[in-house]
Amino acid sequence: MALLEVKDLKVRVEEREILHGLTLTVNEGEVHAIMGPNGSGKSTLSHVIAGKPGYEVTDGQILFKGEDLLEMDPDERAAKGVFLAFQYPVEIPGVATMTFLRTALNAQRKARGESEYSTPDFLKKVREVSKSLNVPQDMLKRGVNVGFSGGEKKRNEVLQMALFEPSLCILDEMDSGLDIDALRIAADGVNALRSPKRAMVVITHYQRLLNYIVPDFVHVMSRGRVVKSGDKELALELEASGYTQFEDAA
Amino acid sequence: MNVAVAKTGSGRAVSDLFTSAEGRLPGSPAVIATRRDAFETYERLGLPHRRIEEWKYTDLRALVGELLPLAAAPDAAALASAADAVKAHAVAGARKLVLVDGVFAAGLSDVKALASEVGFKTLQETLEKDAGLLKTAAVDAVISLNAAMASDGVVLSIADGAQLSAPIQIIHVATAASASAFTRSQVAVGKGVRATIIESFVAAGAKAYQVNDAVILSIGDDADVAHIRLLDDAPDAVNITSQFVTVGANTKVNFFNMTSGAAVSRLQGFITLAGEGSDLSINGVNLLQKTEHGDTTLVVDHAVPNCVSREIFRAVIDDRAHSVFQGRIIVRPDAQKTDGKMMTRALLLSDEAEADNKPELEIFADDVSCGHGATAGALDDNLLFYLKARGLPEKQAQALLIQAFVGEAIEQIADDNLREHVIGIAERWLERRS
Ligand SMILES: Nc1ncnc2c1ncn2[C@@H]1O[C@H](COP(=O)(O)OP(=O)(O)OP(=O)(O)O)[C@@H](O)[C@H]1O
Ligand SMILES: [Mg+2]
Repeated sequence: MALLEVKDLKVRVEEREILHGLTLTVNEGEVHAIMGPNGSGKSTLSHVIAGKPGYEVTDGQILFKGEDLLEMDPDERAAKGVFLAFQYPVEIPGVATMTFLRTALNAQRKARGESEYSTPDFLKKVREVSKSLNVPQDMLKRGVNVGFSGGEKKRNEVLQMALFEPSLCILDEMDSGLDIDALRIAADGVNALRSPKRAMVVITHYQRLLNYIVPDFVHVMSRGRVVKSGDKELALELEASGYTQFEDAA
Repeated sequence: MNVAVAKTGSGRAVSDLFTSAEGRLPGSPAVIATRRDAFETYERLGLPHRRIEEWKYTDLRALVGELLPLAAAPDAAALASAADAVKAHAVAGARKLVLVDGVFAAGLSDVKALASEVGFKTLQETLEKDAGLLKTAAVDAVISLNAAMASDGVVLSIADGAQLSAPIQIIHVATAASASAFTRSQVAVGKGVRATIIESFVAAGAKAYQVNDAVILSIGDDADVAHIRLLDDAPDAVNITSQFVTVGANTKVNFFNMTSGAAVSRLQGFITLAGEGSDLSINGVNLLQKTEHGDTTLVVDHAVPNCVSREIFRAVIDDRAHSVFQGRIIVRPDAQKTDGKMMTRALLLSDEAEADNKPELEIFADDVSCGHGATAGALDDNLLFYLKARGLPEKQAQALLIQAFVGEAIEQIADDNLREHVIGIAERWLERRS
């Protein structure tokens, strides 16, 4: 079943069109990689799917599980199972990571009509997840991302993903800033979440990540469109030849 | 002002407010004479209005207009409803001293449980002897009015060297609607004392009442004192409080005020650093919504050298509420090496929210470091989006960020129970947001 359907999406930011009719379909159980040069609109696409304000959709639509995603507030999207691991996670001083995680998880559960986690159940779950992702408990005591290194911020994103168990995971350059060991641990975490009901969209510049998280499809984005789609071999091709051929196509 | 004015036999104008209360106000004839003088001062000046510089942003004539009659002394029903409010607002572990509609309520208070080093009397008791406590500097009309009308208060003296493990919590409970409570309290803190004093203002169902409180706080040398004031009055109440504070040498004082209630409130503090080497920290938090008006006006007087003062004032302003902070730092000619700073930070939650900020430095010494700063702005959209993208609805996302903003002030409260109590008040304020 199609989980995410982006159809002929046109998006403007401050009067400038960034996405010029982008189409992408992601089915349950699939892993899609999106590659493409800087500024081609990858993060823009991920932001529009997550519902970030400031983007004007002038044409096209986004369906999630058949529903119009663009009609929903960002929190509704999250509760329905959309998760974006940000390229640049923000720091939120004064909001303890644990408080944030519990509030977010319970807000999502409440929106879905599920019972909220009790504190002990929640703590148990966080401990399990953070252990499997090698996230030190000390990190969870600090403010959200405050004073985290670049790699720690990325790990915190994967931790949230594992905790919230979304059905669509969009990972925007989760590999940037991660050292080799951290990359492997994070990728293992992502792989552990692979399931027939869940889909992933992995945005990356580097083929290396795709050795760990092996995609079913690879798409090349250039200048606001998907200009080529293929299987994992396409990523290897790109690694060898770069994007110049697609710049012309776009 | 709409108070009816009557002429007395002597031809002096004395309004109903005083004449109708006079018979019930405690004190010897000499005290009553002092009250009458104070009331005349008040009448001459009238309620402060915007053309009086210190009241520019808080025009009581426009905001309050009519002063309400003195509340009746609480009867059994009032005391019973106050008891519930006290239960709800007591800080765990604190020794409570309760004033109900401006009158000390022994039955609701923990006088017997006070530490042996703490001397306790009511204002009424002291006024049987003399009017001393009514004679503070008459800075303005509301203070004179308080001296004229004060019906009761607590008078505490904490002996030299006392290390109080339990905070003392003075709770002002309003049960009488459309009436005024005038209270005046004194806390004399001895040398080397370590103590936490809390003042809470709460309502037991009362609506549209007025509070005029005065506090005289003197702190000796080498002390370490925290004073936490929690104004959580009914949303249609008025609360005007004047604090007179003197601080001795090598003393550490932490003031914290949080205003989360009252339609109109003004906290005016006159703080004199009278001993060298002292360290004064003031954290203010205004949580205002609807059309609430909250004013904090502080005068910190560095009268001697080598003291540090830090004022950080935070306001969270929603709807059409109006927050005012006026801070004056005075550095006297020989108060060299003074280090005095103030900062205001306003978080505006609506386009119609208003924050006024008036810092003033009056520096008469040359070797000092003084300054002030201010920021004002909305919640950060990027942070809000991050939280919403994780499933928090708008209001809840805002609430987390607001809690973080005021949390920086609340964190300064050392006592765990008290800190939790204050967090609870802030959370209830957030829940009241529409
Ligand atoms: N808020 C904004 N205001 C103006 N321009 C924007 C804004 N956000 C994105 N853009 C522009 O849109 C284009 C696409 O940006 P986007 O961040 O989506 O690229 P990207 O493919 O994620 O790039 P990278 O690989 O560097 O992360 C860029 O030219 C960028 O400058
Ligand atoms: Mg990007």
